Amino acid sequence: MSEISSDSGKKKGDKVRSKKSSTKIDMTPMVDLAFLLLTFFMLTTTFNKPQTMEITMPEKPKAEDKQPLVNEKKVLTIVLGKDSKVYWYQGITDPKVELTDFSAEGIRKVLVQKNAQITDLVVLIKPSDESKYKNVVDILDEMQISNIARFALVDITSVDKELIKDVPL
Amino acid sequence: MGKVKVNRSQPSLDMTPMVDLAFLLVTFFMLTTKFAPEEPVVVDMPSSISEIKMPDTDILTISISKEGIVFFNLDGKYTREALIGKIGEKYGLQFTSKETHAFSLLSSFGVPIGNLKEFLDLDPEARKLVKQTGIPADSAHNELSDWIILSRMSNPKLRVAIKGDRDSNYPIIKKVINTLIDNRVTRFNFITNLEKEG
Repeated sequence: MSEISSDSGKKKGDKVRSKKSSTKIDMTPMVDLAFLLLTFFMLTTTFNKPQTMEITMPEKPKAEDKQPLVNEKKVLTIVLGKDSKVYWYQGITDPKVELTDFSAEGIRKVLVQKNAQITDLVVLIKPSDESKYKNVVDILDEMQISNIARFALVDITSVDKELIKDVPL
Repeated sequence: MGKVKVNRSQPSLDMTPMVDLAFLLVTFFMLTTKFAPEEPVVVDMPSSISEIKMPDTDILTISISKEGIVFFNLDGKYTREALIGKIGEKYGLQFTSKETHAFSLLSSFGVPIGNLKEFLDLDPEARKLVKQTGIPADSAHNELSDWIILSRMSNPKLRVAIKGDRDSNYPIIKKVINTLIDNRVTRFNFITNLEKEG
């Protein structure tokens, strides 16, 4: 059978000629698919895992605990106001409140300066009810930038609310 | 003068190494890709310079949307199954095995415990359409507190992460933080994006 089909071209010789068709297959569709998948996965993969900030809050003080006393001159209070406003003052009695903002020339300058001037500076962060979560994260960031070791997130008091009300815009 | 012989072979190229590489990359991306679970709300996280990476496991995430709705999420299928059992015990609810299974596969959710059974009975497509009201976190009626306590009982290694929207108001964040402190969780994380320096 095979002889009949193969000897159409040549009469000489009795050898069976196997067909010499190429064994190569067209890989183009497979490659297309591979690259399609590659593109898809590359675009959907998100490499940047979310970052976190570690916060450690103090435990609730018990009645018998003694609170450490801090020199009020070493205390810098930052009040976060509405529309990303930042108020700050030093000391507790009769403070001079100043208004600044989140720019590099704003609160960061104050913090770096105070941190250099005062050893063992304690920063109290008091976010007001109008402040946004973003502001809190930003100010905690500033603490890290200006290398302030001692800071605390504290609730705002009515005294502070009064203080920031009087500050001219 | 002989003519210059033109080589008439087909201009074909061996593509095998390229294909090998392509498949290698496909395999790599397929294995590394983790599809982000669907969240009921989009939370636009604030940016920070912090470079600590989020751990992958043992995470309890409290998401707070722009409107101040509190969502709860816990990783680990078995932890979640244990958790729902404990919640059922505490609130006197019986969850069927089907509901327990649905809960273990749930991502973030924000429904009060009273409506949880109803919510779990819906099929996943219908669940997306439900307007979630958030987990009550007020001091008078604090279900978030129970979720936290019981989650920590189910998995003692748990770390708490707060994922707040950049524009959510501070009082709601304060409520969540106070709930955490009341439950003696004094170390927690704020999830943020990496700051893009402009």
